[in-house]
Amino acid sequence: MTASTDGPVRNIAESAELLLEVRNLRRCFGGLVAVDAVNFTIRSGRIKAVIGPNGAGKTTLFNTICGQLAPDAGEICFEGRRITGWPPYRIARLGLSRTFQNLSLFDNMTVLENVMIGCHPWTHAGLVSSVLRLPWQQREERAIVAAARAQLEFVGLAAHADVQVGGLSFGKRRMVELARALATRPRLLLLDEPASGLNTKETEDLAASISRIRDSGITVLLVEHDMSLVMDISDEILVLDYGRPVIDSDPVTVRNDKNVIAIYLGGDFDGAPH
Amino acid sequence: MKRRGTVFALFAYAAIMIGIQLLATGTGHEYYLTQLIMTAYYTLVVLGLCLVMGYAGQISLGHGAFFALGGYTSAVLTTLDLNAQAATPLGRALLHIGVLMSRQSLYGEELTSISPWVAFVAAILLTVVVATLIGYPTLRLHGHYLAMGTLGFGLIVYRLLLGTNFTGSADGISSVPPWQLLPNLVISGSSAHRVPNYYVAWTLTGAALLVILNVVHSRTGRALRSIHGGERAANAMGVNTAAQKLRVFVLSAALAAVAGSFFTHYNAAIGPSEAGVMKSVRYVTLVAAGGMANIWGVLIIGSLLTFLSLRGCFGSFDHAVFGSILILIMTLTPEGPLAPLAAVVRSAWRRLRRRSEQIPGAADDSID
Repeated sequence: MTASTDGPVRNIAESAELLLEVRNLRRCFGGLVAVDAVNFTIRSGRIKAVIGPNGAGKTTLFNTICGQLAPDAGEICFEGRRITGWPPYRIARLGLSRTFQNLSLFDNMTVLENVMIGCHPWTHAGLVSSVLRLPWQQREERAIVAAARAQLEFVGLAAHADVQVGGLSFGKRRMVELARALATRPRLLLLDEPASGLNTKETEDLAASISRIRDSGITVLLVEHDMSLVMDISDEILVLDYGRPVIDSDPVTVRNDKNVIAIYLGGDFDGAPH
Repeated sequence: MKRRGTVFALFAYAAIMIGIQLLATGTGHEYYLTQLIMTAYYTLVVLGLCLVMGYAGQISLGHGAFFALGGYTSAVLTTLDLNAQAATPLGRALLHIGVLMSRQSLYGEELTSISPWVAFVAAILLTVVVATLIGYPTLRLHGHYLAMGTLGFGLIVYRLLLGTNFTGSADGISSVPPWQLLPNLVISGSSAHRVPNYYVAWTLTGAALLVILNVVHSRTGRALRSIHGGERAANAMGVNTAAQKLRVFVLSAALAAVAGSFFTHYNAAIGPSEAGVMKSVRYVTLVAAGGMANIWGVLIIGSLLTFLSLRGCFGSFDHAVFGSILILIMTLTPEGPLAPLAAVVRSAWRRLRRRSEQIPGAADDSID
């Protein structure tokens, strides 16, 4: 009796907090099928990781969700709204932000200015109000600087605000990208291999930052090769192989799954698990 | 703060312009002002192009054509013979409200044509429409499609002007009337109006400078620079890159048309060479020589080189000199010849401030 009343109630609760839905997604490059029949969902307040060997289609999946690539089939819904085929800037304005695997900072700008660009989706000043320096444009400009500084504070780069971004170490530049993505005030944050190129200490800091981001109410989807990081912080893991989903479950189940072990270790035990 | 620096620089700009005029008049070289007036209008084009090239990272090889479009629109409309139309009731009404204007032609006859103010507005509107038509398809693509599109556009405009009787073919249009800006301020090439025209030209360029500086130090300016820094990332951060590029390209084309319109009234004539591809290449060269994303550098280097060229200092080696200057600047100081100088000034300023900070209360102005 209790089970039958519990069931529907929980289902409604779950569907209400469904943030991203990916259905039957497919993307090819010529004859190569990079992503095929991928189905998954992300619920609010979770950290979900996408893992898989090189070439499994993880970054293609990301680029398709963000609108950088158009899918060949399937659909993507963000907060119940179908965003398939939308241009990236419109998706970003909905509250979906990202970082890039190989870093894509604006090297011609300072650290602070880079993060200020992140404030673009929730600000409005256009050409005319800027030329006339209208009072509300000036107020907005101050709000942008304050918000950008707050994000730099969060990632621990407040002291570097006014240096050219190209002058920072790789690890710090990764953090600038994170701050820039957070400055968009996202509800879903996509991190493409955030730990690649970071040393152990930096990776630990990153793990702490990601957990704090989740605790502040931002849902996180990440692609990552660092298994210890993934296992530590993820609530759910989706494993891809040759563009197809293998398993989508919690870390413990994934760790013990025979198929996952076979994919990563190839059946013989002479390779490290990544 | 940045703002205080800008205000100071604008005061310096005004002071230098007044100084040059007083010097030229005082030393009996007032005829230099003629080239300086033309320099101001060409510099206006270069400053507008700087916004597109230096900040948004898009190359336009059509700014000569936009300048010509503005100039020719003014020239054609203000030299139209509308004597017959002016006799109708509608014509009389338009004459009364100032849309039409009567004047004595060269042969002493009464000639009615469109007022320079109306022609000026028409020139800007036409340029905005044309720039949108060219920019819309080419700026949606990544890469140098704008350069290709505008190069083709420039060639077409040049050939059309050269081959159309309506625009005076190779001779262009002369006897463009003076433009009565204010009751006692006329845009005209006669030497009696030289000094006021000098101030009109450089005030116009100064106003454009202020507009461009305000754009650069704003959300829009940042968005433009982010497009230059990485279009894909800019898009992912919510910047509608195609729309931003188009808007700034149209603004910059409109500035070129404004310059062309004033220039044509000042010279009382315009010819097809203004639309020539070499002119457009010249503008691009001047932006590069000034340091690309460096408004003040582009202003100083652009106006200096333009003035020397107009004075004929480079003789028949004009293009060669420009080419050499570009190569030298690109290899020696890619950020513009003023960048090393600015670095020296900045470090001296910082040293000065550090010294004044040691005296308590001496420096409480916060500098970003």
